[in-house]
Amino acid sequence: MTTTIKRTAAERVVVHRRKFDWSVAGRIVLLSLAAVLVLGPVLWTLSTSLRPPAESFQLPPSFLPLNPDFVSYGQVFKQLNIVGLVLNSALVTGLIAVGQMITAALAGYAFANLRFRGRNALFSIVLATMMVPAQVTIVPVFMLIRGVGLSDTLMALILPAIPTAFGTFLMRQYFLGLPADLAEAAAIDGASPWRTFRSVYAPLAMPGLSIVGILAFNFHWNEFFRPLIMTISEENFTLPLGLVSLQGNLGTGSISVVLAGVVLSMIPALVVFMFGQRALRDGLTAGTGK
Amino acid sequence: MSTASETRVRNKALRGNSTSGAGKPGRSGRERQPWLPWVFLAPTIVGMGIFTLLPIIASVALAFFRWDIISAPSFVGFDNFAEVVQDPTVRMSFLNTILFVVVAVALQLGLALGLAIMVQEKLPAWLRVFFRSAFFFPLILSAASVSIFMRYLFNEQFGVVNWLLSLVGIPAVPWLTTPGGSAAVVILVYVWQNFGFSFLLFIGGLASIPVETYEAASLDGATGWRKHVHVTLPLLSPTTLVASVMAIINALQVFDQPFVLTRGGPGDSTRTAVMVIFESAFQRLEFGQASAIGVILTLIIMAITAAQFRLSKRFVFYQ
Repeated sequence: MTTTIKRTAAERVVVHRRKFDWSVAGRIVLLSLAAVLVLGPVLWTLSTSLRPPAESFQLPPSFLPLNPDFVSYGQVFKQLNIVGLVLNSALVTGLIAVGQMITAALAGYAFANLRFRGRNALFSIVLATMMVPAQVTIVPVFMLIRGVGLSDTLMALILPAIPTAFGTFLMRQYFLGLPADLAEAAAIDGASPWRTFRSVYAPLAMPGLSIVGILAFNFHWNEFFRPLIMTISEENFTLPLGLVSLQGNLGTGSISVVLAGVVLSMIPALVVFMFGQRALRDGLTAGTGK
Repeated sequence: MSTASETRVRNKALRGNSTSGAGKPGRSGRERQPWLPWVFLAPTIVGMGIFTLLPIIASVALAFFRWDIISAPSFVGFDNFAEVVQDPTVRMSFLNTILFVVVAVALQLGLALGLAIMVQEKLPAWLRVFFRSAFFFPLILSAASVSIFMRYLFNEQFGVVNWLLSLVGIPAVPWLTTPGGSAAVVILVYVWQNFGFSFLLFIGGLASIPVETYEAASLDGATGWRKHVHVTLPLLSPTTLVASVMAIINALQVFDQPFVLTRGGPGDSTRTAVMVIFESAFQRLEFGQASAIGVILTLIIMAITAAQFRLSKRFVFYQ
């Protein structure tokens, strides 16, 4: 066991090539069924948003937008301040992502590469805070925000989300994975510790930082609980909150309009999915001993 | 090309590294600028102190006070806990949450494991990539948006789900107007969106099982599902532990789906623990009670996490 090279599950194919061909077909059928159940509702959403509002509740349902009709998209701009919602969401998400990348890079670097008294104890505390659900601390956070006069502002959403235990953990791991010689070489060249971080390590840590950024973007773009509590006036709503309130206002009236809003809100997530899927997967499973 | 002094620096650094364990040589930080690490740490430490640690302490303290923000808080001892434990809505919501966790997590893990095993076996490469991306996809969507379109899909009269059921002769199911139907929808929508996360973890776990074990099992005559029961499951148990801990902790905090799909109704049938925290704090302004419920929820989460790791010592098989 110890001397042979471990082969992965993907290479297992070779072993069963002749025997189980029928079972491959069966598996593809089952997997396809699961994929249809997963993607079907999303396709229906897209396709229904492209139906004329009057037809949106018509059965049979439409799963492929064969005759796209963009009336609902025009409507959603009229019935909902969607530009404002997008700007709010983009501002909140963008500032949180950048803030998390900066603070996590700094703290992660300190925990990985700098030596100071109480480093391990402090790192344990940082990790322990990940165990407490945000819903439990929301009441005191709300009062604090209210106390400093930030309630019903976008800052109420941004500031508390910037310090990140998970991002710090991720960046510490990343910096530990970079070669230590670089710090020595930089020190010998007379670089200050700050220079060493700024010009040597930070650029090398960009892949790790992009994972922190993408995770923050994905989480906060979709966030619903905190905006629901922290914002009161509609001009401070973020996208998910605006869409839920639109559905509430319209009841079941013209679903294609609501769905057009839903589709618009998915676009940035789709872009992340197409270009950052790998980083997102790595980030989500980081720290699970994968 | 290295000079004697360079070598000395490196040796010193290496020695420093080996004694400190996890760290790398950054001696300059300690010798010349002892305050430097704290500059790096300040934003995170100050931020977490203000927005996480302080609120945790405040939350526990607040659980012993009655406070509606308007009048001054008054100390009430364990009254909040006593009231909360006797409140039928709170009791119902905790019961709902526990039932939800049991069913949703079992479905999520079962589905994820089954699909992960199927995807990792012999399959054309492009199909494997397609299925992986498809199952991962719902994770990038917002739970609120998902709940919005799912509410239409499960509409009793016009929804696609009942239309599909009618094609096979099943009469319309009152999904969102009955307690059982609502609970089912919340569970299905939650699992639909979240099984992909457990699926990712299982894919990683399966990829690390050495193929020799399967060859040995085949030689011993194990085929098909027996191979998975006797080889895959025991070797995958560390992954299963992590996946189940994370799934349970996340499911205990469910809020977005029931809030958008059912608002907790009909009656209290789909009200969850986090929903009653939200309602008692931000709708009834009973911040003390909300904190008491939060403290109870946190204790449950910690107890379950501890229990799972204790159990794991007995059942998890580490290679």
